[in-house]
Amino acid sequence: MTKKVTFHSEVSENLLVVLKEAQAKSGYLSPALMIELARSFDVPVNEVYGVASFYSFLNIKPLGRNIIRICRSVPCYLKKNHAIIETVEREIGIKPGETSPDSRFSFELTNCIGLCDRAPAMLVNSDVHVDLTPSKILQILQSYK
Amino acid sequence: MAQTKIVLRNCGFIDPRRISTSLKRDGFKALEKARQMTPEEVIKEVKVSGLRGRGGAGFPCGTKWEGARNSPGEEKYVICNADEGEVGTFKDRYILENDPFTLIEGLSIAGYAVGARQGYIYLRHEYHYLLSLLEDAVNQARQLQLLAGFDVAIREGAGAYVCGEESALMESIEGRRGEPRYRPPFPTVAGLWQKPTTINNVETLMNIPQIILKGGGWFSNIGTERSKGTKVFSVSGDVANPGVYELVLGAPLRELVEELALAPNVKMIQIGGATGRILPYELIDTPLAFENVLGAGAVTVFDKSRDVIDIVYRTMEFLAEESCGKCTPCRQGTEVMVETLERFCRGKGSKKDIKALEDLSNTMMLSSLCGLGQAAPFAIVDTLKYFRDDYEKRTLDN
Repeated sequence: MTKKVTFHSEVSENLLVVLKEAQAKSGYLSPALMIELARSFDVPVNEVYGVASFYSFLNIKPLGRNIIRICRSVPCYLKKNHAIIETVEREIGIKPGETSPDSRFSFELTNCIGLCDRAPAMLVNSDVHVDLTPSKILQILQSYK
Repeated sequence: MAQTKIVLRNCGFIDPRRISTSLKRDGFKALEKARQMTPEEVIKEVKVSGLRGRGGAGFPCGTKWEGARNSPGEEKYVICNADEGEVGTFKDRYILENDPFTLIEGLSIAGYAVGARQGYIYLRHEYHYLLSLLEDAVNQARQLQLLAGFDVAIREGAGAYVCGEESALMESIEGRRGEPRYRPPFPTVAGLWQKPTTINNVETLMNIPQIILKGGGWFSNIGTERSKGTKVFSVSGDVANPGVYELVLGAPLRELVEELALAPNVKMIQIGGATGRILPYELIDTPLAFENVLGAGAVTVFDKSRDVIDIVYRTMEFLAEESCGKCTPCRQGTEVMVETLERFCRGKGSKKDIKALEDLSNTMMLSSLCGLGQAAPFAIVDTLKYFRDDYEKRTLDN
């Protein structure tokens, strides 16, 4: 496998940094975008795809404007994250892994986000929401357009 | 027993957005003192202290720095590992939220000791909400000319537990998949961009300023024979008071779990997260130290209502998902463990399955490329030792 070894800390030569910037601009990493990056980095397409598909915050399929990530790890599980997951499902009408038809929300389950002392917890985009109860969910979701 | 706050001494007493509040509490005095010592003297102080890594592996910090110092080359790097992905661990989040300045100082001292002009803080993407606080703290230190030729840049992850492993972390900074490297060579010889590099956990670096100011001898008088200083624990689960607690190493688990975190009705405790050890309540007096059980200090408490097999299954699910896939023992082994445990969850395990789990555990511990695969079997190994009945009750040949 060809590896482009970067001996510099120049971020413009860093595939992961560039992928994150491309995602911030375009919403997700489409095949066309990945092919273009492969061309400009002079690496095979599989290498770009390999990095894009490795990290859970890099999206290789279109996602909604707001991404809900509910923690499913053991400490949040002990604090009844199931109730939060079910409430979100009910409020938005989609299951984990899906995007709402109006593209307002995507819904994912994520692994430990380091908020175990305030469990159950979730991220919406980069925002932290902790000490969750089903009754708090509607108001939280309403604040995201 | 009360807490002993060395790492957490500033948390709650300074404004994490204003460096002046840190300077009032000896902020950056240690860096100033270190610069008047030789790098070798700084390293000697850290070696005398006995400080071991606080991210889980417990490698002697002074030895690591010495290795990088002695490697030839002008271009070297020091990295702070703020990836904190281990399940049940949030102490570094708490430290970053409350005292980024001491961390920057600790990293700067590392840079001086090793001979690195550039330091990186690798911040997990899930802590993106802390990025501007951290960047701002660095800017303030820079503006006050406190860093003197050393620079700190922050690099974010993108969601991968395995990037908390030091060689996977370096791969990630270099823009690649976070797959661990074959060692040797070790990072102190060939690390980031193949240059001599040290990678230290947030909490490890937080100890450095006090060690420089008070001396390695002071630090080595705290703790046990092989575990010096304090440890910051992250307590979660079936407890009344979850949160962060700092105790002298060697303190019994009971003190943390029952006296401080107020856990009623304990069945078992997982220490060190998904790749941690599991102890039954009977061993609650075990001293928390590298000699026994420690990891990065995630302490998750399970009460008597919890099902052992269910918890181990969920632990293995996490590890199988986060396995990077590079080495066969971990990639295939974690998957087989999940499938096998799923059968036990449904009451359809077998004695053959138990034997297979034991054999697989040994293979993975010996032959996996990194700590994820090497430690993945711990939950199974420990629960087979202390809760074997739970497995045997779920077999068809019962």
